[in-house]
This record gives sequence, structure tokens and C-alpha cells, in this order.
Amino acid sequence: MLDHSFTGMGFISVGLMGVVLLVILLPIVYRGAQAYIFTETIEHRRFQNEKFQRGDAQELAEEYRAVKAARLPVYEAIEKFEAKKREWPKDKKREFRSELKAVKKALHHLLGPAPGEKTPVLMRQQFGQTRWDRAQVKLHEVLYREDWVEDPTGQTKELVQVFVPRVDLFKGTELEPMFEYTEKNVELMLRPKLTFYWQFLIDRSYDAHFFGGIGPEVRGTLLLTLGAIVFAIPFGIIAAIYLCEYAKPSKTVHVLRSCINTLAGVPSIVFGLFGLAFFLNTLKLTESKSVLAGSMTLSLMILPTIIRASEEAIMAVPFAYKEASMGLGAGKWRTICKVILPAALPGILTGIVLSMGRAAGETAPIIFTAAVSVGDKLPLTEAFFAPSQALPWNIYNLCSEHEAVDSIRHVQYGMVFTLIAMVLLLNMLAIVFRARLHSKTKGV
Amino acid sequence: MSTQKLTKDFIFDNKKTHLSFKDFSVYYGDFQAVKGVSGAFPEKTVTAIIGPSGCGKSTLLRSINRMNDLIPVCHTSGSMIYEGLDIYGERMDVVKLRQRIGMVFQKPNAFPKSIFDNIAYGPRLMGIKNKAELNEIVEKSLTQAAIWDEVKDRLHKNALGMSGGQQQRLCLARALAVEPDILLMDEPTSALDPKATAKIEDLICELKEKYTIVIVTHNMQQAARISDLTAFMYEGNMVEFDTTDKIFTNPSMKQTEEYITGRFG
Repeated sequence: MLDHSFTGMGFISVGLMGVVLLVILLPIVYRGAQAYIFTETIEHRRFQNEKFQRGDAQELAEEYRAVKAARLPVYEAIEKFEAKKREWPKDKKREFRSELKAVKKALHHLLGPAPGEKTPVLMRQQFGQTRWDRAQVKLHEVLYREDWVEDPTGQTKELVQVFVPRVDLFKGTELEPMFEYTEKNVELMLRPKLTFYWQFLIDRSYDAHFFGGIGPEVRGTLLLTLGAIVFAIPFGIIAAIYLCEYAKPSKTVHVLRSCINTLAGVPSIVFGLFGLAFFLNTLKLTESKSVLAGSMTLSLMILPTIIRASEEAIMAVPFAYKEASMGLGAGKWRTICKVILPAALPGILTGIVLSMGRAAGETAPIIFTAAVSVGDKLPLTEAFFAPSQALPWNIYNLCSEHEAVDSIRHVQYGMVFTLIAMVLLLNMLAIVFRARLHSKTKGV
Repeated sequence: MSTQKLTKDFIFDNKKTHLSFKDFSVYYGDFQAVKGVSGAFPEKTVTAIIGPSGCGKSTLLRSINRMNDLIPVCHTSGSMIYEGLDIYGERMDVVKLRQRIGMVFQKPNAFPKSIFDNIAYGPRLMGIKNKAELNEIVEKSLTQAAIWDEVKDRLHKNALGMSGGQQQRLCLARALAVEPDILLMDEPTSALDPKATAKIEDLICELKEKYTIVIVTHNMQQAARISDLTAFMYEGNMVEFDTTDKIFTNPSMKQTEEYITGRFG
């Protein structure tokens, strides 16, 4: 009876975990993938051509000419309306002034600057909507005015949101046909096309992530993780070898082991502060935050994990191997290098890969030591001594400090998706290593 | 019970003593596992050490090539002389000692490497890097261990893919590859089936032409079949050490007789 209920509980908890994982992962994967695969507009193609020289410039110019022709009636309607407006009495003018301004602003958002307009300073104002899904939102803004009115049903006293069709507001004016035209011909004006924008992974970003990809963030994460591993592997494995093979069982070693175990549980923000205080303020490794300081901090954080994983892997090597090697006249060091480490390698690698995943995803240790929100792509030699963007920090930064995060949700989800994919990939590697370990000990 | 007097004529006249020990004791911490035993192993003979579990026979065997050094609390007293040198003396090079006195363990302990790398492990330790030379050593050792024909086509496959009996013969070949003088065997057939056991026993009989062999065994028939000399140990003492014929037909000690006839142990 107890057995059954225990099994049942086990199933329930495992099932719950699975459901939670799905509930979290599925939307992230679904929305994150939209950063890579989405319906682009001509504006996206124009941007790509202008900044990254992608696509056929001539073809694009021709397409853009057609698009401009399709857009022309919109601007002509506005011009006609404005010409008519000048003849209107003052109070009627005033009535339409702000309304017209709103329409023009919404159109600017949707299609970019009007013909003949001075090139705006902000890049996000130099182009129309690059994504079809965002274009739909902006089109709605052109067609409808958002209003807040008292609940017409009278049930609550709260204000409710209503959308007033602008076509009604401009009824009888020169602008009236423009709305219907825009709604019907928006595809001709923007030319949506499904695209696989894989360069999202390597492109730099422009204008606070309104354009481009997450290249610097991905690169920063890779550099930080790589650096952390490079620092942590030798220290970790040497420490594990010392603890397993050389240290005589004594109180000091016992205390040392407990310290390592405790370090593994220290909150990562503490490591971050330590990294700032030690590597940057005391040692003055670099003038400002840097990838070097960040990866050293991360390596300290993952060191206990690597030591423990390596220790366990080394201790799992059958004593018989050691005996056999010693019995053939090998010294201790030779035995460790030639027999124990090769046999423990899959286990050690598993530990390393798992802690790589952890290092890649940590935010707190790099806040003070390495991460910045904007930066140029530096050559590799300089990159280690300069601060860098990194996925975990920029995800946090986008959602907490970006001024218009609603317009670039796809970038945020894209970052989360990419980070998760990277960590999952690393974990999968660990699983493969573990499988190889099993097949190796069974001699298949 | 103290060390028993040994029959003097057990050492074959024409064979010189290869290894001898006197008042030799092994301690694990405070526990004395081997209690001041004395004896000698003549050259090119098979000596079997028998006795009930925990009698110290494996401990004695493993202290011959100082494998007990791996156990931190283990220490010894008395002398163990090999070619005029005290094995536990300060001048003894343990690495060289273990190359001269090879060991085959109770369970097959092939490395998780290829068959070739397993055999070449010892020679490589000695600094042999020449591929042709290694090939020769590998073939020779495997032939000596009567396993060459079975594995010559899969030398570069993982050794752990072989059967237990094959692995044990591989371990034997590995020990032979460094060309030792003495072979220590710690119950080498206890993990094997009768067929594989028979093969190992045949091998031992062939190998004694070249090597001095000391074998610890639980199996008294085995000791009777393959050994020239037999030592009977009980509770850390060497009760009787004599020719195998004498031990199994006319033991001088009552305890030996009781053990051999199966009345205890």
C-alpha cells in the first residue's frame, strides 16, 4: 500500500515537473523562434541592405519604387487635406489639428518618414515597421483612435477602452478615403514576406535593439563561459586529484571539503561582489569591468562544482585499475595521468559541461564585473579586456530598463530562447558524455 | 602458535632461493595480519599459499611487491629479501621492484583501453616507444598467455569487451610484458568458470619453466594440481611450508591435516 502511494507520488511529481517545464518552455520557444522566423516587410529588407549590404540592391530599389508608388496616394490625400484645411475657419482648424498630427505620427510609425521629410535622427524613425506583426499593430493605430470612456452599460464606474474609427472623425473631408485605401493596400505598401533571419544570432543591434540581432550578447556569453571554463578546469581537476589521491585523510582535508561544499552553495551575487572587490578594486586587473574579470568571477563560482564532480569521477574509478597500474611498476603520477584520469574523464567532462551551462546563464556575478548593455564589437584580443554584453544580463536589462520594450518583445524572447537553447545544448552534450561513459565501462 | 620449523629438504637441491623472508609481520594499524613468518621461494617453481579466509595469505603475497603500500595504515616488520636486497629497505626502488615482481589479481582488472594498449602499458612505462618493438612485445606476451590466436584480429578493440577468462589471461600477458622474474597470483581463478580456470592452470604449469610463481588459492585441488610447494597459513601464522606432495599426503601438523581433509576452513 505504502509502495503504491509512493510510486503514485513519484509519478505525480515527475508529471508536475514536466507540465511546468512545458508551460514555461513552449511559449518561450514559440515566441523566441519568432525572432528568427517571421514575416518581414520591405523596411526590414531596406535596413538589412543599408547596414549589412544583404540582398540585391537593385532589385530592392525597384521593389521600393513600386512600394513608394503604392504609398503615394496616402501622402497625396494628406497634402490635399492640409491644403483644404488652410481655408477653414480657425476653430475648425483647431478641431482637426491634433487629430491630424496623431494620424501623421501613426503613419510615420507604420511606413517611415514621409516623402520629402528631413531624415530623423533616431534610427527607429528612419524606417517603417520591419515586422509584419508590429505593422498590424501600427496599422490599427492609424485606423483607430484609442479612447477611454465611462462604461456605457453603466455597470461599473471604471473607464473602458474603446477604439473610435478615424474614418468617422474625418468624415466628409479629403482624408476620408485614405483610411480605406491604407487598410486595403497596406500589403502593397510594406510587401510582407516570410523570412528566416538566422543572422539574428550574429548581427549587432542598432538603436537599442530596435534593429539588428543579438550577436554581441551571444559572443559575450560565449567568451565569458569559455573564459570561466579555461580558468576553472585546471584548478578544479588539480584540486580534485589532490583531494582524492594525495591528501592524507585528516581534519584539515575534512574542513577543506566542507568549505568546498559550502562554496558551491554560496549565492552567486556574493561571488559577483567578491569579483568586483577583488579582481577590479584590489588587483585592478582592468580599468573598468571586463570579460576577464567576469570570467574569473564565474570560474570561482563554478570551481566547487567542478572539483566535486571530478572528485566523484576519480573516486568512481575502480581501485583495481590503480592496483594494476601500480603493480606494473607505474608511479603515482603516471597512474593518475595514464589510467585514473582517462577513466574518470567522461565524469569530469560531464561536470565541466554542466557547470558551463550554469556559467552561461548566471547574471549576478557579471553585473558588477563584466556586463554592459551597449557595446561595440571588438577584436578578440581586446574583447577580453573590455566589458561586454551578455545574454543573461541583457535579458534583465531589456525588461527592466528599456524605454520601449513593448516594441521589441521579439528581441527579448529571442534572447531568452537563444540562451535556453545554448544551455540545453550544453546539457545534451553532458548526457552524451555520460552515455559514452556507460558504454566505455561496459566495453561495448 | 609460533612459526613452525620447516623441513629442510623442501628446497630443491638444484634450485637457488629467489626470495626469502624472515620473521616477517604485516600490520593494519594495530591488527597484526601476518605474524612473524619465515620461508623462501625457490627459483622456477610454483608455490601455493593456502588457508582459510582471513588467514593473511593475500596480505603476505601483496607485501612481496609492496602492493600493501597502497593501504595507508599498513606497515611491516622483519625482512623480505629479494636478490640480496631488502624489499622494505630504504634503497629499494618500488617502481623497479614491481616491474621485476609482477602480479595478477583476483578479479580481471584490464584497463578500459584497447588490448594493445593494455599490454603495452608496462613496456611504455619503461620507456619503450618504438612501434615495432612494442608490437613484438605485445605478440610475445599474448602468445605466452595463450590468448594471441583469440585476440590477434581485435588488438585495437576495448579490452573490456572480452570474456572474464580472456581478460584474466590478458592481465597475465600484461604482467608478462615487462618480463618479470617472479609472478604473484592472488586467487587468479576465483572469478572464472571451470573451463577458463583449466586454461589458466595449464598456463601456470608452462610458465614455471621461466618464472618463479607464487599463487594464493582457496581451491585445494588447484594447489595440489599445479604447485611444487605449498604453504598453509592459519590466523597469520605459517603453520606448515613443505613440498606439495608432503602437505597433501602426509602433513606433519594436525591443523594442516584438518584443513586439507575439510574439517574446518
